[in-house]
Amino acid sequence: MQNVDFTLCEGEIHALMGENGAGKSTLIKVLTGVYPEDGEGTIHIKGLDKAAVIRSPQDAQKLGISTVYQEITLCPNLTVAENMYIGRGNNKVMNWKKMNDGANKILQSLDIPATATQQLSSCSIAIQQMIAIARAVDMECKVLILDEPTSSLDDNEVEKLFGMMRDLKAKGVGIIFVTHFLDQVYEVCDKITVLRDGKLVGEFVIEDLPRVKLVAKMLGKELDDMSEIKSENTVYDGDDADQVIYEAEGLQSAAKIKPFNFYIKKGEVNGFTGLLGSGRSECVRAIFGADRVIAGSAKKNGKPVKITKPIEAMKNGIAYLPEDRKVDGIVGDLSVRDNIILALQVLKGFFHPISKSQAYKFADEYIKKLEIKTASADTPIKSLSGGNQQKVILARWLLMNPEYLILDEPTRGIDIGTKIEIQKLVLQLASEGMSATFISSETDEMLRTCSRLVVMRDRKVVGELSGEDLTQNKIMSTIAGGDQK
Amino acid sequence: MQKKKSIFSKGGNTQLLIPIIALLILALFNLIADPGFFKISLGVNSAGDTILSGYLITILDYGSELAILAIGMTLVTAASGGQDISVGAGIAIAGSVILRVLCGGDSRAEELQAPIIVAFLIGCVVAMLFGAFNGILVAYFKIQPMVATLILYTAGRSIAAWINNNELPVIKEPKFAYFGGFIPGVPVPTTFLIALVCVVVILLVLKFTTLGLYTQAVGINESSSRLNGLNPIFVKFLAFVILGLCVGVAGLIKVSRISSINYSVIAKDIEMDAILAVALGGNALSGGKFNMIASILGAYVIQFLTTTLYKFEVQADALPAYKAVVVIILVVISSPVVSDKLSALWKKVKKTPAKEVG
Repeated sequence: MQNVDFTLCEGEIHALMGENGAGKSTLIKVLTGVYPEDGEGTIHIKGLDKAAVIRSPQDAQKLGISTVYQEITLCPNLTVAENMYIGRGNNKVMNWKKMNDGANKILQSLDIPATATQQLSSCSIAIQQMIAIARAVDMECKVLILDEPTSSLDDNEVEKLFGMMRDLKAKGVGIIFVTHFLDQVYEVCDKITVLRDGKLVGEFVIEDLPRVKLVAKMLGKELDDMSEIKSENTVYDGDDADQVIYEAEGLQSAAKIKPFNFYIKKGEVNGFTGLLGSGRSECVRAIFGADRVIAGSAKKNGKPVKITKPIEAMKNGIAYLPEDRKVDGIVGDLSVRDNIILALQVLKGFFHPISKSQAYKFADEYIKKLEIKTASADTPIKSLSGGNQQKVILARWLLMNPEYLILDEPTRGIDIGTKIEIQKLVLQLASEGMSATFISSETDEMLRTCSRLVVMRDRKVVGELSGEDLTQNKIMSTIAGGDQK
Repeated sequence: MQKKKSIFSKGGNTQLLIPIIALLILALFNLIADPGFFKISLGVNSAGDTILSGYLITILDYGSELAILAIGMTLVTAASGGQDISVGAGIAIAGSVILRVLCGGDSRAEELQAPIIVAFLIGCVVAMLFGAFNGILVAYFKIQPMVATLILYTAGRSIAAWINNNELPVIKEPKFAYFGGFIPGVPVPTTFLIALVCVVVILLVLKFTTLGLYTQAVGINESSSRLNGLNPIFVKFLAFVILGLCVGVAGLIKVSRISSINYSVIAKDIEMDAILAVALGGNALSGGKFNMIASILGAYVIQFLTTTLYKFEVQADALPAYKAVVVIILVVISSPVVSDKLSALWKKVKKTPAKEVG
């Protein structure tokens, strides 16, 4: 993170926006002393003459900066009052009555429906979140940082939380609010600071920054200079080009997405788009059975199929390149060869191992075909570069010869050359009759490869774009939603 | 030079070097101290059979249970990233079941009440059921392997005693003693032959099924394995059941050795030696990649060490302490930290003369 200016006024709710990896968390961690600043830049706080020195979370707390994190960091088996006072006073002796009275007073003043002696775990998540905030407020904080406090709350609970934030604002507390939900920003915030790639994009008053512009700022595209890229790929034109390969109805998984409908035709490349966290990965994971499917039905080539586990999807010719290459993709210590044959081997079954010579043949074939840079087929995959690891995973799925390939962020974190290679490959395979779903954070990649886009916002499908509508502007306005045109 | 460098580089067949070097060091030590250690002679045992005897034969004989257990322990370690500490108790249970079936409830039965093979198979099935119990706790309920197997570690010997109503059955049939001793006319210890069969079977299984790939994939990256269509729960479960089978076989050998059982002493602390065999084989105890042969060699290294210490008349009480010292040395030498340092040192040594020339 470099050279970011950030100003928070008394009694203001200030949204900190940016995509994942934009530097929001880093900024917060510098403010709260988790990461030390590297000497450049200073922090000034009202009431202090010179620059504040924040080297540890304790320093930050003394200066009146309190943080409430996304995950609740209280102790569920202690009482509400104990949670509010734990680790604070220097008193060795506890005055329980005083503590409980004090806690009750704060709870009342903030209108939190809980009592001091209640065990924390008996409160709902939203109340727990509020208690965490109450604890922060009681530490005479001037600055309150809320890091994605709403991600585990339902609509009602969010409303309650916002009520409390407005109360605090009226009391003169400055609040920094980090969230992925655009609607919430426009509901409670006064100002927005946008970060991108560790740099400051700008500070805006909420009225001056309509949703479309906010999305554009976050993605790093100005509306004016967005060139529309026409893809020159040949389209699959077999007799069965109109045949629907896969179809889902009311599909819903345990990963908290609203039920959605989806279909893909033979030789089609479509995509899910939306901001990070909008549920696009969760949708494709539901199709592949990677998350627990809780509702909905699926059809493959017109026949109903039940896909609840990855192996069932694979047997139906569906392949899925996961978003997180390190966690879900590579098997780090295994060789490139073993990583390539893994999916096919699993499909062939326990008693039909692929012979060593056959495995080498497959590996060498794909190392050549995808130009994977590796010392040999025996090299552990973890010693390859990110782009080459991704190619190995791609090879793994292509070896299975899937009818329908799902690519979730196949181009993330890899160099530009490989990115283009992968996109070309997808288009080429599609022109040979394979169907593919492509997800990317980079809209121009999506425009270049997809002929139809499903747009997601706040974990539900909010639109579908194809043909004429496939433009940056249209995508952004659909992502932003609301009353924007 | 090339060859020496490969010792310090990781992976591949170099993993075998760790137990082999340990074996060589032990052999060298014995050679210098007393070459008589390596003498193998043909003799006649108390039953009147011609057999091979000597320290090396003792190692092959008594290292065999450990080698069999090392097979299962390697798979469990690779798949679950943890160890089963209940194998000693499991052997007590399996042995007790075998004796119970053979005696049919009468601890002083004159004749066998069931064929040995039936008793053995029932013992194996029971051991596999207990393995399955561990497997379910670890794979399905995601309890840490050491905690999950602590249950049987604690309760197993009591269960074993309960199976025979706390009596100590004695088998009078001489044939039963063949499995832990010698078959007439075969001068090689039967235990070694049993271990050999087990090793061949597991190597064939690893070659003709995908057990090796599945186990390693699950051990290295469970989440990714699942997305590739594997069922990590089943793979881990299977590893524990296979270990159960190994425990059953080792149980037969153990009770056959004395044609009876002592619930509190039988196979005591053998789990620790089995885990050590896996570690000496250069396999990461945190799971993932494994080398089966290296583990089996590791088992014999441990027995080599034990026999060497006995030869030098180390008191039985003091044995573990000596063993510990040697183990510390072996484990530290084979640790990644040391091998990294050594390879760095080696590079430096190689560079220095080059500089002088230039």
